[in-house]
Amino acid sequence: MPNLTDITAEAARLRNAFEATGAAVIEAAILQPADTLLDLYGEDIRARAYVTSDPLRGEQMLRPDFTVPVVQLHMAGQVDPARYTYSGKVFRKQEHDPHRPSEYVQVGLEIFDGSDPEAADADVFATFAQLLRPYDVKPVTGDIGILTAAINGLSTSPERRAALMRHVWRPRRFRALLDRFAGTAPQPTARTALLKRLAAGKDPLRGVGPQIGLRSAAEVQTRLDLLQADAALPPLPSSEVDLLGQLMTLKERAPAALEHLRDIAVDLPAILGAVQRLDRRLAALRARDIDVDSLDFEAAYGRTTMEYYDGFVFGFSAPGRRDLPPVATGGRYDALTRVLGKGRTIPAVGGVIRPEVLLAVAQNADLNEVGS
Amino acid sequence: MTLKLGVPSKGRLMDKTFDWFGRRGIGLERTGSEREYAGAVSGIDGVELVLLSAGEIPRELAAGRIHLGVTGSDLVRDKLAVWDDQVIEVDPMGFGFADLVLAVPSCWVDVDCVSDLDAAAAAFRKVHGFRLRIATKYHRLVREFLRREGVADYQLVDSQGATEGTVKNLTAEAIADITSTGETLRANHLRVLSDGLIHKSQATLFKSRAACWTPETRATLNTLTHIIDAGRD
Repeated sequence: MPNLTDITAEAARLRNAFEATGAAVIEAAILQPADTLLDLYGEDIRARAYVTSDPLRGEQMLRPDFTVPVVQLHMAGQVDPARYTYSGKVFRKQEHDPHRPSEYVQVGLEIFDGSDPEAADADVFATFAQLLRPYDVKPVTGDIGILTAAINGLSTSPERRAALMRHVWRPRRFRALLDRFAGTAPQPTARTALLKRLAAGKDPLRGVGPQIGLRSAAEVQTRLDLLQADAALPPLPSSEVDLLGQLMTLKERAPAALEHLRDIAVDLPAILGAVQRLDRRLAALRARDIDVDSLDFEAAYGRTTMEYYDGFVFGFSAPGRRDLPPVATGGRYDALTRVLGKGRTIPAVGGVIRPEVLLAVAQNADLNEVGS
Repeated sequence: MTLKLGVPSKGRLMDKTFDWFGRRGIGLERTGSEREYAGAVSGIDGVELVLLSAGEIPRELAAGRIHLGVTGSDLVRDKLAVWDDQVIEVDPMGFGFADLVLAVPSCWVDVDCVSDLDAAAAAFRKVHGFRLRIATKYHRLVREFLRREGVADYQLVDSQGATEGTVKNLTAEAIADITSTGETLRANHLRVLSDGLIHKSQATLFKSRAACWTPETRATLNTLTHIIDAGRD
């Protein structure tokens, strides 16, 4: 791996390049309040971020990313639209792979502008593509928004759709829910027995001991009612499950993917809006001289790793270098701004480059040239 | 150089460990006064007894300060990241059985399995504005289990003792703790989820990968494993 001096110089070069596109330089604190991050990312972040305690401020985390502090700084500043760049270290515990660094530099670009989201998507992607053009890296794009639009369009209850939506990021639980809703996986025997007791008018709370804890009897009753209502629902049509399956495995060049998605939209009109957005984005990318015809599109790209993105997503990786993480990643995160903004939403898109990975790719290319 | 064997320094775990080695012809005993942590080994040469708290044995094995150690398989998995890169299981010892389980209040009649817990957690967060709290001291094991199972909207709260009481005391909604008979859980009106078994633990003899393995300590280990194997029922 390259040394720290080279990485710092490379980071400065990249940030200058972002600045030259009109971005304002922004700095973020290294210590971040843990509760915000925990509330946002859940317990998993505790396994990935360094948690430390401050005698006055309570639990703090060494920033695991820039996105959250940058969104907060932007919301405090109230200037719209805005374009920011930053450069600095992020800190991640490595619990499974001792060879991955636990602190590394990220240089980022973030755009807060709701006037033309697809143009902003294309702006970020094209800026990254331009900077990375001299290197042997390949982009992949995706769109989480198409998947979520498809889920929203399933002909089933709002509760079932919400359950699926909540687990888009967890493929295993998602699959289990889908199989249950489609009726292809059997209902657990305990559930069957419970529903039987309820249907027979028996009080399921009889003989189970006292009510303890914060979760009230009314909350239990609410869920029992939901379970009964859910049991009465027809199974999710297998045609819709198939379409969802096609969507999740869709992997093609962008123009072919768009055609394919248009076909799917005939049977699943709920995704039409998202597909039109993809169409507009591809046009905006073309307008910025991106070779859209050779651009890879994977509908489920980022589904397991990029949890806060909810629209356009992208990554740049070095082909054949499975040992290296992606050189750059990014995407749209409107929902995150809604959570952090307590109701106020600011359409936002951005991404980061990891200079040390970029240098490692460049070094490798030099070595190959020497060898040939 | 002697081979250092780390053994729990008190209680049933120590007694049963001494019995286990004793049945295989290796005498372990505490020496000196009742309060002094010193030990003696007979029946084999080149082994030094190190008496430690069971909770510290995983760390000592990982650091290589002891060559072998006896502790619960749950403690090794919880305290060491990528535990099998750091230690090797030599022998499960057949005592100190305990299950790490996920339990909820018995009155949650709508929650039978982990999938129900996940759904209840989502609803709980909406009603109460914070993530459903699970009290435990086995953070790594529980977190990895819940991640594997795809559970969201929960948080772990640390509980180093009397974990079964946290629900009644309103500091947690569910717990993950060690149980052998389930008696304490029942007494506190808690019920184990039908698929809530996180880890089946027992006392296990572990070997450190990081310890200094010289020809001498290797030879001693060889002799020791021969004696253990010969004594196997």
